Amino acid sequence: MNKLIVFVKKLTGTRLFLPLFCLVLVLLSNLIKTPTFFQVTIKNGVLYGYIIDVINRASDLVILSVGMTMVVAASGGTDISVGAVMSVAGAVCCYILAGGLQTVNEFQNPYILGVLAAVFAGMLCGCFNGFLVAKMKIQPMVATLILFTAGRGMAQLITRGQITYIRVESYKMLGASIPGIPVPTPVFVALLVVILTYVLLKKTTLGLYIQTVGINSRASRLMGIKSSRIIFLSYVFCGLCAGVSGLVASSRIYSADANNIGLNLELDAILAVALGGNSLGGGKFSLLGSVIGAYTIQALSTTLYAMGVSPDQIPVYKAIVVVIIVALQSTELKKMAKRFQTGREAGKRVA
Amino acid sequence: MKNRGKTDGKIFLLMITIALFVTMYIAGIIIFNSKGFAKPQVFLNLFISNAGLIVIAAGMTMVMITGGIDISVGSVVALACMMLAWMMEVKGIGAVPALLTVLVMGIFFGLAQGFFIAYLKIQPFIVTLAGMFFARGMTAIISQEMISVKNELFLKWAKSKINLTFLGGTVNKKGVVNYPFLYPSVIIALVVLVLVFVALKYTKFGRTIYAVGGNEQSALMMGLNVKRTKLLVYVINGFLCALGGFLFCLNTCAGFVEQAKGFEMEAIASAVIGGTLLSGGVGNVFGSLFGVLIKGTIETFITFQGTLSSWWTKITIAALLAFFILLQSLFAKAKEK
Repeated sequence: MNKLIVFVKKLTGTRLFLPLFCLVLVLLSNLIKTPTFFQVTIKNGVLYGYIIDVINRASDLVILSVGMTMVVAASGGTDISVGAVMSVAGAVCCYILAGGLQTVNEFQNPYILGVLAAVFAGMLCGCFNGFLVAKMKIQPMVATLILFTAGRGMAQLITRGQITYIRVESYKMLGASIPGIPVPTPVFVALLVVILTYVLLKKTTLGLYIQTVGINSRASRLMGIKSSRIIFLSYVFCGLCAGVSGLVASSRIYSADANNIGLNLELDAILAVALGGNSLGGGKFSLLGSVIGAYTIQALSTTLYAMGVSPDQIPVYKAIVVVIIVALQSTELKKMAKRFQTGREAGKRVA
Repeated sequence: MKNRGKTDGKIFLLMITIALFVTMYIAGIIIFNSKGFAKPQVFLNLFISNAGLIVIAAGMTMVMITGGIDISVGSVVALACMMLAWMMEVKGIGAVPALLTVLVMGIFFGLAQGFFIAYLKIQPFIVTLAGMFFARGMTAIISQEMISVKNELFLKWAKSKINLTFLGGTVNKKGVVNYPFLYPSVIIALVVLVLVFVALKYTKFGRTIYAVGGNEQSALMMGLNVKRTKLLVYVINGFLCALGGFLFCLNTCAGFVEQAKGFEMEAIASAVIGGTLLSGGVGNVFGSLFGVLIKGTIETFITFQGTLSSWWTKITIAALLAFFILLQSLFAKAKEK
């Protein structure tokens, strides 16, 4: 019995317990309303089902949350421009592939050129954010607020206020599936990004540096780490992730819809990071936690959609979840609870 | 001596802002003279179309002086407009009770955000980001359709012109004399602005706000109640957001989900352009007023120009914000040396 308690305590004590627990909870709660939730069938040679939909749709968010984790860990701030950067990347890609036309049935420029340009645009946005945060020492959220507002405007200018359509089968592959492979492509993209980042962080000292800078940027500078460069790089990396995510999102709808690509995803990405057990104050981080967090958020969204909540209304529930998680992380709350507890005990003693 | 230099720096930033506004306006008069840019009404329209923003920028300035920030303001404006429209049109509640309800909503919204920020010490950004999505989502929950306001009393508030006869009128083709005019919303906005100015400058509470923003630790050591001050600032800001939403609604006479998107950016930009430091401790609501006027002038430019898309307003504001942030950062660096 005692062993069991120790085991349970050990289990609940691990970092990934809370995110995994939330994920399982959200997934299981679906079973009540839709018993077929975990059923997977094959339709047109592609896996099909609720659970596949969750994994597929979460890919954009997983990619974003990887970048967001770096930013949060290194700078203790968040990048709220990611959604807008996604729309910029999508717009740049479609603009180049369509050669400035509004609807095309074949690529006007090589596919790879569009992809590279989109990723480059994302990195450029990241450079801008990183410059403001790392070199100019501006609060991350104010710095990224600039692109948060102006980004969609820029995307609108690129697409001239219209939706650019790329009606080419090979363009849709990135967001849908490659013929012959039953798993949707975005899943692979997300997996690739996560694995590459993981290897990069584990095989180089970068991961360690990011945590050091996040815990105390002054001290790490005195130790000889170029803090501002690490922070700058984390923003560039976040921009890159947003660019890739924007490509996938734009490929899903084979168009550049500046108003809707990545809409409200910034909150989801921050939520994923927080839900993954990472402190929004920076420092130690768990990449895997954020990834699990991202799948949880998507599962939550899908659940809410299934319950008939409209996309406009979903932010309400997510905002509540965010506040609860962050409040639970707050040390002040723990202090308050402790004070309350000791107060009660003191009261008992007096009685 | 050191203190003197700091004051000069503050005034210098404000002077740049005022000079920028005057230059832009004169440039506008020169470029668009044929289209009537020089008319007094064009200037007054800056106030009419931005009455809500003036109030919200005043609240934002207070919050930023404490070293915090509020990015939920745009969504709260949308929520306020939607609540007003929904209560008056769908529920048939009178204009006065509807307005009071909205103001109380603003106070409670500010109270909730202030509690999380001041007492649980969560980053203001995270709290107000959640607040931003919460308020926008609530707007969608109330109604996803646009609701136009047709309440008579409300429209009377919105459309009663105050003629400024001393500015001289122009006679139109039908022989009717047209005077330059203002709406009551402008008067409310300016009164709020003056009240906030007085509160910041001449009351104990106002001085405490500056002290908290300047250095929270020393303020605490001086025996000031930092937490309560912060909470109060967010409560006042919530109230001003709701009031600003009401003034905004007087202009649009409608409530819809996408309303006032990007408003938070405009309010923050106005405050920053007006010389409020992002690091807290320094700020002036009259500077923010000029920030709002600059934004209004850019909008007027784009309207007069005629062919540019409205997206340019947002991009220009963002660019201006970036520019002024850089300027502040350079000043801070110069001061360190």
